[in-house]
Amino acid sequence: MKGWMGKFKFVFLLSFLAIILAGCGRENLTALVPKGYGAESSMNLIVLSTVIMTFVFIVVLSVYLIAIVRFRKKKGQENYIPKQVEGSKKLETIWTVIPIILVLILAVPTVAATFDLADESGKSDHINVDVTGNQYWWHFSYADEEVQTSQDLYIPTGEKVYLNMKSSDVIHSLWVPSISGKMDVNPENENTMYIEANEEGVYWGKCAELCGPSHSLMDFKVIAVSPEEYEQWVADMQSVDPEEKPQDAVAQDGKAAMEANNCLNCHAIGSSPNAVGPNLTNFGDRTKIAGYLETNKQNLVDWLLDPESIKPGNLMTGKYPELSEEEADSIAEYLLQLKPSEITPESAGN
Amino acid sequence: MSIAAAQKKGFGAFLWDYLTTVDHKKIAHLYLIGGGFFFILGGLEAMFIRIQLIAPENDFISAGLYNEMFTMHGTTMIFLAAMPLLLGLMNAVMPLQIGARDVAFPFLNSLGFWLFMFGGILLNCSWFLGGAPDSGWTAYTPLSVESPTHGIDFYVLGLQISGAGTLIGGINFLVTIVTMRAPGMTYMRMPLFSWTTFVTSTLILFAFPALTVGLFLLMFDRMFGSAFFNVALGGNSVIWQHLFWIFGHPEVYILILPAFGVFSEVIPTFSKKRLFGYTAMVFATILIAFLGFMVWAHHMFTVGLGPVANAIFAIATMAIAVPTGIKIFNWLATMWGGSITINSAMLWALGFIPSFTIGGMTGVMLASAVADYQYHDSYFVVAHFHYVIVGGVVFGIFAGLHYWWPKMFGRILNEKLGKIGFWLFFIGFHLTFFIQHFLGLMGMPRRYWVFLEDQGLDTGNFISTIGTFLMAIAATIFLINIIYTAVKGEKPAGDPYDGRTLEWAIPSPPPYYNFKQLPLVRGLDPLWIEKMDGKGKMTPAEPLGDVHMPNGSILPFAMSLGFFVAGFGFIYQTDHQAWNLAIFVGMGIALGSMLIRSLKDDHGYHISKEELEREAD
Repeated sequence: MKGWMGKFKFVFLLSFLAIILAGCGRENLTALVPKGYGAESSMNLIVLSTVIMTFVFIVVLSVYLIAIVRFRKKKGQENYIPKQVEGSKKLETIWTVIPIILVLILAVPTVAATFDLADESGKSDHINVDVTGNQYWWHFSYADEEVQTSQDLYIPTGEKVYLNMKSSDVIHSLWVPSISGKMDVNPENENTMYIEANEEGVYWGKCAELCGPSHSLMDFKVIAVSPEEYEQWVADMQSVDPEEKPQDAVAQDGKAAMEANNCLNCHAIGSSPNAVGPNLTNFGDRTKIAGYLETNKQNLVDWLLDPESIKPGNLMTGKYPELSEEEADSIAEYLLQLKPSEITPESAGN
Repeated sequence: MSIAAAQKKGFGAFLWDYLTTVDHKKIAHLYLIGGGFFFILGGLEAMFIRIQLIAPENDFISAGLYNEMFTMHGTTMIFLAAMPLLLGLMNAVMPLQIGARDVAFPFLNSLGFWLFMFGGILLNCSWFLGGAPDSGWTAYTPLSVESPTHGIDFYVLGLQISGAGTLIGGINFLVTIVTMRAPGMTYMRMPLFSWTTFVTSTLILFAFPALTVGLFLLMFDRMFGSAFFNVALGGNSVIWQHLFWIFGHPEVYILILPAFGVFSEVIPTFSKKRLFGYTAMVFATILIAFLGFMVWAHHMFTVGLGPVANAIFAIATMAIAVPTGIKIFNWLATMWGGSITINSAMLWALGFIPSFTIGGMTGVMLASAVADYQYHDSYFVVAHFHYVIVGGVVFGIFAGLHYWWPKMFGRILNEKLGKIGFWLFFIGFHLTFFIQHFLGLMGMPRRYWVFLEDQGLDTGNFISTIGTFLMAIAATIFLINIIYTAVKGEKPAGDPYDGRTLEWAIPSPPPYYNFKQLPLVRGLDPLWIEKMDGKGKMTPAEPLGDVHMPNGSILPFAMSLGFFVAGFGFIYQTDHQAWNLAIFVGMGIALGSMLIRSLKDDHGYHISKEELEREAD
């Protein structure tokens, strides 16, 4: 029976080796290194259930291997007929009762955590953000503060932030694995969940519910800064003057080109809650272009000239007149200068 | 028709024979061929998916095509591969195991197959007609309602037609088991595979109508301007998820219970021991089926149903672990103290136990609602359901195929190729899916066309893709084995494995009337009992007499073809009214065939006693 076991071990060894090589995944993305309240609650249950299940697996595997090795047909036993056992009340009771106990051990903390994470009793005392899921970007509206932003969600550390989530089109699901588990963003009802980051950082967020061709490119970031920095960020965002003229000539051309090409029919700079496209107020501080490309001018020009090639199925394609290279260049220059606050992803130690 | 008609003929006659057959054994062949074809198709789609994910930000296929690929992979594997292959095994074996000459409604049996086949073909036509469905096999609204191509229309009509076939098949098996068991074959003497067929058929009966309703609502939303799922007009998109999973969760048990049945035959036979705790096994099966209807919302923990619903469904889901655990331990106890022969069929069963145990364990882990907030829609879930569906169902199908191949086709599959195939598949399977648990927890959501660079996901995805190639090689070896066996395979005796149940009491392959005289069943494992009593064969329960047989008919094929044509009409009438003609023609063919069937009496024919006597034993 050695060949069998050898191969079996080989598979698992290889898998474990791979896991060690890959570690626990990228920091601030992986759920295996939790850095927020929700992610910790989930992790506790993941660890508990893994321990219970590993125990079960070891028991099953031991009985299984012993049975195969000990009771394999031996030479000279070709005609041996084993005793035809019908069953055993005692044994069957044991392997009914023990699993029930194990399940109960898991069930109790599961129920407790489920109610804990759904707790909305102190909601009005905390920061509330209205989240809108869109194909394929995220909008964040701080209702009380009258601040709008897209793609980068700024939160203070050590504080509950309630996300009131709704979709403008199909179902999305908001997931920031390192801080919290996910919750669906439905078109018909507002779903509320709270997130709380323990330490500063820029956390990866993902869309977890299939929403179309660019579902896999619908990334966003949660930027957790200290409460003081957060206060300052809010104040800076509130004091933005959308009409403010940029300093240099190229950016001024960019602002004019945006107006000429009706960009601001959909997008807003400043706190205009009615815009249907991503808010551009602090575009220059965004961590990524289109959710996943490095923030630099070339990527932004490419996006402006042909968004379809970067995010298939996006709703910006075809909504504006074709831009010349020059126009795209000046718009990019202008947008990258939109940096109203000193609080940026760098403040979170990016 | 008589025995003479069953003799060798030309290819045309051979084809006609299969198009018109109502013999459960030949319908089983058809199911295996149809299911096998779609299994290869679904496998190729899986290869496309994994090749796309071999490296970060790969552009092997486009985003839109990728979505079509995984949608069709899931839909094909569940509805058109796994289920038909299992229905094929049930058709081949269940009537023999309960000592029946055929199923209760042979005509409907044929209709069930052809509806499935034409539904599957209709669905796959979408590849060549503007694009396959692209909203996942779950087709969540409103994404599926808004999908711009006709893909989802093909999904709706294709599944509706093949689903009707499955429902017909399920009802047929239920009636067969209730009414046609041989004398002495009480329920509690029925082999476990027949039991699981019975319970699975019950699940089909209650689960499929939910899918039918959901598909109709979706069809009306897409084709006739209704707004069941349109939020702007007062509809509700989450209702689809409920309807889908009220069907979808029992569907998982529709797949796994027959596989459990296969293992409950294979393990005792090759351990030379009766199944340990038979009664507990039967009631565990029934309990799993019952609980299967109570847990659908565990697919929806993140929908926002609230803590009360999440807690209830979490506990209900965990409860399923108990009967499933009973089964695992009873299989182990069956092996314990036995005399175990390890051949290809038994290897698949042995490979199943640890693989499925992992899948079951992650199932319990997923049931913990708050932990599921992390697992949900990530690669952890992908890993979990492949561990149960591949590690459970596909292993079960392979075990069943190796075990019953001689009974079905009169040849024994090559052992050497069988074993090589198993090991490649087993290693490839774990290589592909084990790592995916971790990919999910490391932040990789499912249904992602690309994963980004520098996210720590490269190694895992690469290993996963390598595993897929091993599985593909293994599947190819199995195909080679089929061809090799057909040409050079060893011809078996009636009972090559020292079997315990009734199907081994008759020749391999069985004569088309199965049992010359219905056998008298004296207990569980009836053939084994006779062997132990030194007789070695069944005692007849009736004197030799005329056997009543059904006539073949082309009508099931014609009806299904009619629905197939009408399907195209329904799909394209939104583009141009002229397509309504196809609806009328198609429905005309289908309803006309039904009318002929209703008005024309067909009493079948009799094989005379003399003819039976002439047949050698």
